[in-house]
Amino acid sequence: MALKLGDFKTDVHNDWCPGCGDFGIVNAVQMALAEMQIPRHKSSIFSGIGCSGKTSHFINVFGVHTLHGRVLTFAQGAKIANPELEVIAVGGDGDGLGIGAGHFVAAGRRNVDMTYIIFDNAVYGLTKGQASPTLKLGEKTKSLHTPNSNYNVNPIALAISSGFTFVARGYSYDVRHLKDLIISAVKHKGLAFLDVLQPCPTYNDINTRDWFSGEDRIDEETKKPMPRIYKLEDTDYDPIVHYSDENELNEKRSQAMEKSLEWDAKIPIGIFYKNELITPFTRRIVDKIPNYIENPAAQQKISHNGKSVTNIDKILDSLNV
Amino acid sequence: MNSELTWMIGGPQGSGVESAANIFSQVFSKMGYNIFGKREYYSNIKGEHSYFAVRISEREIHSSIKGTNILVAFDAETIFRHADDVLSGGVIIYDSDIEKSKATDVYTLENDFRKRLLKFFESKNKQDSVKDMLEIASENGVKTFPVSFRGILSDLSDQTNNSRLKGMVRMFNVLGVSFSLGMLKSPTHIMHNAIESIFSGKKAVAELNVKAATFAYNYAAAKFTDVNFSFETKQVKPNTILIQGHYGTSLGKMVAGCRFQSYYPITPASDESEFLERNEILEINEDRPGSTLVVQTEDEISAIGMSIGSSLTGTRSSTCTSGPGFSLMAECLGWTAINEVPLVITLYQRSGPSTGLPTRHGQDDLLFAINAGHGEFPRIVYASGDAEESFYDTANCFNYADVFQIPVIHMMDKFIASSVTTCKKFDPDKIKINRGKLLEKIEEPNYHRFAHTDDGISPRSKLGLEDGIFWNTGDESDTQGHISEDPVNRVQMMDKRLQRFDQILENIPKDEQIISHSTGEVCIVSWGSTKGPILDAIEMLKNDGVDIGFIQLKLLHPFPKKAVEPLLKHCKILIDIESNQMAQLGSLIRQNLLKEPDHYILKYTGRAMTCNEVYDSLKKIINNNAEKREILTYGA
Repeated sequence: MALKLGDFKTDVHNDWCPGCGDFGIVNAVQMALAEMQIPRHKSSIFSGIGCSGKTSHFINVFGVHTLHGRVLTFAQGAKIANPELEVIAVGGDGDGLGIGAGHFVAAGRRNVDMTYIIFDNAVYGLTKGQASPTLKLGEKTKSLHTPNSNYNVNPIALAISSGFTFVARGYSYDVRHLKDLIISAVKHKGLAFLDVLQPCPTYNDINTRDWFSGEDRIDEETKKPMPRIYKLEDTDYDPIVHYSDENELNEKRSQAMEKSLEWDAKIPIGIFYKNELITPFTRRIVDKIPNYIENPAAQQKISHNGKSVTNIDKILDSLNV
Repeated sequence: MNSELTWMIGGPQGSGVESAANIFSQVFSKMGYNIFGKREYYSNIKGEHSYFAVRISEREIHSSIKGTNILVAFDAETIFRHADDVLSGGVIIYDSDIEKSKATDVYTLENDFRKRLLKFFESKNKQDSVKDMLEIASENGVKTFPVSFRGILSDLSDQTNNSRLKGMVRMFNVLGVSFSLGMLKSPTHIMHNAIESIFSGKKAVAELNVKAATFAYNYAAAKFTDVNFSFETKQVKPNTILIQGHYGTSLGKMVAGCRFQSYYPITPASDESEFLERNEILEINEDRPGSTLVVQTEDEISAIGMSIGSSLTGTRSSTCTSGPGFSLMAECLGWTAINEVPLVITLYQRSGPSTGLPTRHGQDDLLFAINAGHGEFPRIVYASGDAEESFYDTANCFNYADVFQIPVIHMMDKFIASSVTTCKKFDPDKIKINRGKLLEKIEEPNYHRFAHTDDGISPRSKLGLEDGIFWNTGDESDTQGHISEDPVNRVQMMDKRLQRFDQILENIPKDEQIISHSTGEVCIVSWGSTKGPILDAIEMLKNDGVDIGFIQLKLLHPFPKKAVEPLLKHCKILIDIESNQMAQLGSLIRQNLLKEPDHYILKYTGRAMTCNEVYDSLKKIINNNAEKREILTYGA
């Protein structure tokens, strides 16, 4: 029986603020899962801590709400042990780029075949609006006493330089576009990163929904707002690394880095970079353990009638006196 | 004639001290002797002093012993640090080229040690050269055998027309051990085999070393005579193996079915992970090969996080670390417990706090293992007494983790990790695997991961299991795993988790909780690797006609009160022995048994206890002239 969107919803009541950008992301994830018809027991959502951390409870697949900054570690462990499992990790920008930044970089280097979505709103919402790693230097959101004294992280550039092989940005108020990006990310063979701009209506009074849609800059001719957000796919931008060649790779990575610097007047969403020529982690395991995909950790038989089936005689014999 | 001795070789880190000791251990184990070897080294790659002391005996031995019988030195520092440790009747074989070296010129000696050493020379009216040190040794009844290591290489190179050999200082280690074997006249073919096995895979290197070894052996056999030692070749006891300390937990993990281990490099824990990785493809009876997936992570937080993720898929998973790494794992430990995830953390302790003595021994982390993480949650803290025990204990730890759905912290330490010992061959048939309430299929609809049951332990689904969807959260949760701050649910869930302490004590067999080696009016309580020195000390006391009791606690948390209490009924003098300053087990005894140990025997120099240190203190206690806290300090 085909799975419907409703099958991916739980009856857990959602306590996010009215108008929160997170709703769009949860909806997009549910829509993507339904569209891909992934059996519920083969999907899992891992989440970090904060408002976004609650995401896993709203989606009716395996949900693992982990610790602040650590979501990628749990998620990678599960995916490596059971490669059949579809794994989507989610978390805030403070979670992934502040306390969890080390894991973010290390995960990129590993390139485990899964998806990581950052709910990027430049503030720590659940703790009442402190500056988070993506807030620009000198900006002063509502609950800050003084302007932000730290430079911001560029999530797209950091992901590319860390080794993520799919790097994209979505916007939580463009749910259909975001759903399509999530599907591409999940289908990507390797570690996919999705930076989702997600206005916090309560604490971020700078990067608001109106700001993204350009309500503050009216075109003099048309008298209409000039949106800041535009889609990369509407331009001639080609994010894909087509062949294994250093020049090709460097060109695509530099172009994506450069694109990631656009902000304020023009903010690109869509796929910045995609490279399936770099082997995912599980393929790297197969180089050492040839039957790993057919017989991964989670599938292995370890006992028979309470007795171990592992035979260590050869090692023990080599230790004989 | 002695049928037991301690042989020691020292040298700068990177000079092959360990290989030399391995050759020596292999030879004597194959000659039918019991081996107890111990390695000491600095936190350093090259140049600092390291040494290996190998004790061999006809009897079963479980520890090192104070005093050295044969010392081999090819650098001055080894003489300065250990010559005074050589017992009367013993031997020092040394490189005559170092005779003139002065203590003030050896830059790797710590200032404190150098000051003590110079004072020592002053007290003996000597200068501070190697020669002076050796004179003092001779005055103490030690034979000194000088030999130019370079000279031997030069002679050998002339004899074999191989000029390359002349400068092969890398072979000093093999020369050192071969001189010793020649002096002791151990069978040459056993020596050859041992060298070949040490250099296995490098045929040319092995051949060269065998040549040099034979030359050195013959030299020593002819020149180093009139010594007090003689070792006949004996029948090797069947089913004896020679192992390094970390083999117990490594092989235990393989047999127990641990298929995922994540770790971050740290001394002295990494050896286990590296062993697992080296042997990652597993032979499975009547099935295709299995594997242990070993993942080196970016830090210890990731190491435990990944192993939790893996465990959620139903895979037996673990991580292995030392104190500093375990400190980083504390937050995840609580998550594991609140989500009832089985996990084994193998904790090879070393001296703390902070980086402490990174390569030295200590049992500093007992109370930390019991208390790590905020909040109240169930866990098991379990300690092995030696490598052989740790093989079986490892499998038990995985069973406890699965049955009680909790984290299990398996306490090991640096002393065990860097020991080389003979022991009885591990018997995998003795290992049972019990996965508790892990489900392979969901039989009933509407599965709730944390459903209330009579024993508080719920049937466990795993990621990927059809109809077995669950949620986890570090927040308090309802039976499905969704966040709940309801006060009534909170009490139910806290009780559900924490009643496990009672179940652990009721369900783990008594002989897995504690080992009562003996009982008596004078009784020792201890835990972990102090077991070896204590057993040997007890044996020494027996020879004096004194019997004392010894209870080894393996289960340390929850505290096995019911198992221990009856054994102490007739105890008049209670002695707590531990390698730490605070007597951490002592505080558990006070807390749980409302008993104050009468004496403590403690050591926290970073070096493990020797049996005669323990013996001496026990003697004092029995003779009623001991301190309340007997503090042991022996060892370089």
